[in-house]
Amino acid sequence: MDIFFFLLFAIVAVVCGISVVIQTHPISSALSLIGVMASLAVLYLLLGAEFIAMAQIIVYAGAIMVLFVFVIMLLNSGAEAKRGRSRTAVILGVPSLIIFLALIVFAVQRFFPSAPNVVFGSFTGGGPAQIGNALFTRYLLPFEVTSVLILIAILGAIVLARKELD
Amino acid sequence: MEFFIISVLKAAVLAGILLTTLAYLQWVERKVIAHVQVRMGPSRVGPHGLMQPLADVIKLMTKEDLLPPYVHLGFYLLAPFLAVSMALISVAVIPFGPEVQAFGYSTWLQLTDLNVGLLFVLAISSLGVYGIALAGWASNNKYSLLGGLRSSAQMISYELPMSLALASPLLMAGTLSLRGIVESQSGYYFGFVPRWSIFHGPFPQIISFVIFVIAAFAETNRVPFDLPEAENELVAGFHTEYSSMKFASFFMAEYANMITVCSMTTTLFLGGWLPVFPAPISNYVAPAILFLAGAICLYHGLNPRRPLDRLTLPIFAVIFFALGVLFAIPAVQPYLTPLFWFAAKTGFLLFVFIWVRATLPRFRYDQLMGFAWKFMFPLALLNLLVTGLLVSLTD
Repeated sequence: MDIFFFLLFAIVAVVCGISVVIQTHPISSALSLIGVMASLAVLYLLLGAEFIAMAQIIVYAGAIMVLFVFVIMLLNSGAEAKRGRSRTAVILGVPSLIIFLALIVFAVQRFFPSAPNVVFGSFTGGGPAQIGNALFTRYLLPFEVTSVLILIAILGAIVLARKELD
Repeated sequence: MEFFIISVLKAAVLAGILLTTLAYLQWVERKVIAHVQVRMGPSRVGPHGLMQPLADVIKLMTKEDLLPPYVHLGFYLLAPFLAVSMALISVAVIPFGPEVQAFGYSTWLQLTDLNVGLLFVLAISSLGVYGIALAGWASNNKYSLLGGLRSSAQMISYELPMSLALASPLLMAGTLSLRGIVESQSGYYFGFVPRWSIFHGPFPQIISFVIFVIAAFAETNRVPFDLPEAENELVAGFHTEYSSMKFASFFMAEYANMITVCSMTTTLFLGGWLPVFPAPISNYVAPAILFLAGAICLYHGLNPRRPLDRLTLPIFAVIFFALGVLFAIPAVQPYLTPLFWFAAKTGFLLFVFIWVRATLPRFRYDQLMGFAWKFMFPLALLNLLVTGLLVSLTD
């Protein structure tokens, strides 16, 4: 059952990922990106990381992408015009893509013959309680430093975007 | 296999109840608003207009399905589907009652309990924005686009105070599972004050309850925050170009969202299926209310204001009495009493939604944004801070 869902959503993620690049309309690309994020969330669920899965949807699909879509709509930009493709790209593109994929498959086969579970030090489990405990005890300092970093980023954005008041 | 069959049965029953409630919620809304404005409301189709939802469904299904030639077709068709499916999904994690035994099986009156249930609801509701935003953009119409933009801005802004308001009762419950949240609210202070989040020590969550309900109005695009579909500025906002069943999908999505947020409010702040009164009394409240309703119907049936009432109201009275007897049977009380309390609390909140719609005027757009960012957001933050402090001090 797990392997079925993994294959299904892995394929959806890859197809959506390709679609992000090949769509000419910005809204289509943005929606494909949402598809990628949603299928990644399902993959996290299959790995037993419920909290990360939900955070993925809330933060990326729900907040960041809404902002993307919002800006695209506000600018109301149309589809890109397709230009003539360069001949070298057509001739060299497909073979290079195949070589690239073959290299990746080779590397994965060679260096990760049977992938072990992902471990972060002594941390196990993906439920909200375990993550909360880890964040607020073991990783408290990095967590707080990150929040300060985000605060600086917000202040920087406000300063940069502010109109000069005379 | 058994689990599978039970789950399918529960899903079917839940879907049936939800869709019926959706249809009749609209009838209730029209009736309540009519009575607030001293009108009759729907009264032609069936006794007291009770068949009006059915007539509306037939009307919407048989209407011509216009497809404007200038829309972005794929997104135009995707939008209502997204809106209605996102609105209907979140009901899956809402607990309607405790564990019950039936025919040798024990099951919960809840479709599924996730240990991240609350985050799931938040995630689904944040995806619901896309339905409306896409509808506004794909219609290729300036009014629709404005409606869609307003709606996305409004929903992003109000999600912040909403999530912060949610966090405070979570601090006291100590779990994200909706079932666990309800169970953490059981018990009574002094034997009669229920330990719901809004009365619960160390810091009663009345402020976050009010913030949550106000944000819920904005999230569901209801008056006084219905700017995305403000009909005197934007025709009908994001669904101007939609007709027939596609319009009905947006309509259903709005009402399904209303039911979801009211159920969530009940679960988080009002103790879910837990009764208002301690055990022996709570079992008699439901039959008593139903018998009272039956008696009122019977009285008005015997002294009719309209000729038809002589026929219809006694029938309602008989239905109410039968329900009252059903709720009084001790064998079925463990199943029905929690459901009654859940339905009563959610129903009251839905009534508040309708009541507000009949009472309040619409906000101006800058007022709406200022209210969210300058008032509700800091207040929710402050409330969270105080709650966290008190919880950590008393633990």
